[in-house]
Amino acid sequence: MFKNLMSWIEYRLPFMEKMNLHVVQYPAPKNFNFWYFFGSLAMLVLVNQILTGIWLTMNYEPSAEGAFASVEYIMRDVDYGWLLRYMHSTGASAFFVVVYLHMLRGMMYGSYQKPRELLWIFGMLIFLVLMAEAFMGYLLPWGQMSFWGAQVIISIFGVIPGIGEDLTLWIRGDYVISGATLNRFFALHVIALPLVLVILVFLHIMALHEVGSNNPDGIDIKKDNDGSVELTEADKKFTFHQYFTRGGKKVIVDAIPFHPYYTVKDLVGVAGFLLIFAWVIFFLPEGGGYFLEPPNFEAANPLKTPDHIAPVWYFTPFYAILRAVPDQLFGAVFMFLAIVALALLPWIDRGSVRSVRYRSGLHTANLINFCVSFVALGVLGVLPAEGIYTLLAQIFSFTYFGFFILLWFYSKNEKTKPLPVRLT
Amino acid sequence: MMKNLFSVVALVASSWAMAAGSTIPLDKAPIDLTDNASLQQGAKLFQNYCLGCHQMQYQRYSRTFRDLAIPEDIGMENLMFTGEKVGDHITNTMAAKDGEKWFGATPPDLTNVARVRGPDWLYTYLRSFYADPARPFGVNNDVFPMVGMPHVLQELQGKPYKAYETRLVDGESKQVYVGIKTDGTGELSTEEYDRAVADLVNYLEYVGEPTKLESRELGTKVMVFLLIFFVLAYLLKKEYWKDVH
Repeated sequence: MFKNLMSWIEYRLPFMEKMNLHVVQYPAPKNFNFWYFFGSLAMLVLVNQILTGIWLTMNYEPSAEGAFASVEYIMRDVDYGWLLRYMHSTGASAFFVVVYLHMLRGMMYGSYQKPRELLWIFGMLIFLVLMAEAFMGYLLPWGQMSFWGAQVIISIFGVIPGIGEDLTLWIRGDYVISGATLNRFFALHVIALPLVLVILVFLHIMALHEVGSNNPDGIDIKKDNDGSVELTEADKKFTFHQYFTRGGKKVIVDAIPFHPYYTVKDLVGVAGFLLIFAWVIFFLPEGGGYFLEPPNFEAANPLKTPDHIAPVWYFTPFYAILRAVPDQLFGAVFMFLAIVALALLPWIDRGSVRSVRYRSGLHTANLINFCVSFVALGVLGVLPAEGIYTLLAQIFSFTYFGFFILLWFYSKNEKTKPLPVRLT
Repeated sequence: MMKNLFSVVALVASSWAMAAGSTIPLDKAPIDLTDNASLQQGAKLFQNYCLGCHQMQYQRYSRTFRDLAIPEDIGMENLMFTGEKVGDHITNTMAAKDGEKWFGATPPDLTNVARVRGPDWLYTYLRSFYADPARPFGVNNDVFPMVGMPHVLQELQGKPYKAYETRLVDGESKQVYVGIKTDGTGELSTEEYDRAVADLVNYLEYVGEPTKLESRELGTKVMVFLLIFFVLAYLLKKEYWKDVH
C-alpha cells in the first residue's frame, strides 16, 4: 500500500530520485576540514532567522508610535518572547560570522575559480541581500541606534551626483526617517528580501551541485574515464548518481556520498556552533554591546543625536573604508568597490592552482594581508574617526585593495607547487 | 566558573560605560539579582523618589510583584499610590511638555536605563551630586555635568559638597579634592546611602531585563543538553566515518 503510494508519487514527482541526486548519491570530496562547516551553518542560521522572525512578527507593531513599545512587550509580556528576540538578534550577528568564514574558506581554497565563478557570484548576491536584510531589520526596534544608524547609511546614497537627494527621499518615503520608512523596511525585511534570499540560496546550491564541491586541495575529483585513473578499493565502495559520472564518461575518486557522511559530520558542526550560539543568547545577549548596542534600548528620538554613531559590527569594515576617504562621494565609491572587488575575484585571480596549499608564499602572505586588513578595518569602523584612527583606516583600506591589485599581477605567472594527483 | 564569566561580562559592559563619555572612573555597582530584599528596597525607593518624574512605562506592577516575591495586597498597599490596577504599567501623570519646561529636558523613561547607561554608571551618578549654587536646583553632578535633575535623594544623603584638604604636593601645600562629603543632615549615613543607591540600581538592573535570571537558568540546562548532543553527534560521526578511513 505504502509502496504503491510512494511509486505513484515518484512517477509524478521524482522525490527520491532528487534526494539521491543531491544528497544520498552526491559525491563530496572526502577531505573537507573545519572550514567546510560554515555553509551548512549559514543555512541553519537562515532557518533560525526565518522561524524566530515569524514568531516575532506576531507581536511586533511596525509603526513609529508602537514599534519600540511592542519590542519591549515581546521582551516582557510574551511567553519566551525574550528568547525569540535574542535568538533573532544574535542570529543576525551569527549569520555574518559564518558567512564571513564561509567566504574566507572560498578564498583560501580558490573555490571561486573556474568553473565555480557563477557559484561565487550567487554567493556575493546572497551577501549583498543579507546586508540589506540586516540593515532594514536593525531599523525595526526603533531605538536610537536604529534611527541614527539608518540615517547615516541612507545618507550615503545622497552623495551620488544628480540623483542622490531624490534617491534618499525615495528610499525613506519621507523627508526624514519616519513611520513611512519603518513600514516599508518592515515589508522588505519580512517578505521581499527573505524571499530573494531563499531563492538565491537555492540557486547557490544548484550551481554548486552542477560543478561539484571544491576541496582543501583544490583539485578535481571527477576525472576523465580514459583508463588513466587507477581506482582504489575505497573509490569502488560507494555508488554515486550517474548524473555526476556523465553516464560513465567520468570517474569519481576520493569522494564519499554527502549523506550519511557529511550529514553526520555537519551535525557535529551544528552542535559545536549551537554551544557558542546558545551561550551568547542566554548569557551574553548584548554581545558586549556589539550585537545589541546600548543606545538602542532607548526609543528613537529624532531631536537627540547619540554621542557616537557606529553601525553594527558586521558593516564596520566597509564603513571604515567609507570614512577613510576624505571625499564623501569617493568614499562611497570605494566602499562599493570593496564589495565589487570580492565579486570579481574569479577574474582578478588569473591563476589556475586553486588551493593556498599549493600556491606561492607570496599568495599566502597576501591572503593574510587581506584578513588582517579586513579585521583591522572592522575594529576601526567601531572607533570614532579621529586622529590616528583615520590614518590607520586609510592604510588598511590601501592594503585591502592592495590584496586584489597584487593578486591580479602575480597570479598570471605565479610560482606554484606541484599538485597531487589524488586528495591528500 | 559561571561567576567568573559573568564578571567578564560586567567588565565588558562597564568598559563600554567608560567609552560613553563619562570623565570620572565609575564605581562598581554591587548587583545581585537574587537578593529580593535589596530589589524590594530598590522598588520602594523608586516608587517614592523617582516615579514622580520618571516612568517605567514598559514594566507592569504585577511583573515586579511576581519577580520580587511581593504579595499583591502588600505591593498594592505599599508601592501603588494613585489607584492603578496591578496589571498597569508603572507610569506617572506628568506631561512630557511640563517636564521639559521644568527641567530643560523631559525626564527619560527608566525601564531600560540600566541597559543604556550600565549599572556602574547609575551607581556612581546617584552618588556624585554636589552642591553648586550656579545650577538651577543648586546641585551639579560629576558623572553627568550640568544635568537638569535635582538631587531628589538629598533628604537621604544630606547636602553633598566637594571636599578639599590642604596637602603637601611636591613641597608645596595645595588644595586637593578628596571626594564628595555630606553635611550630615541626611537620614542615612554614607554607608547606608551607598547601600540604598545600590538597592535602587539593583532594581533598575532587574527592570532593564526582568528575564535575566530565567535566562541563565534555562541557559544552563540548554548548555548541558547541547554538550551531551555534541558528544553523541561526535560519536555518531566517528562510527559512520569508520567506512571512510
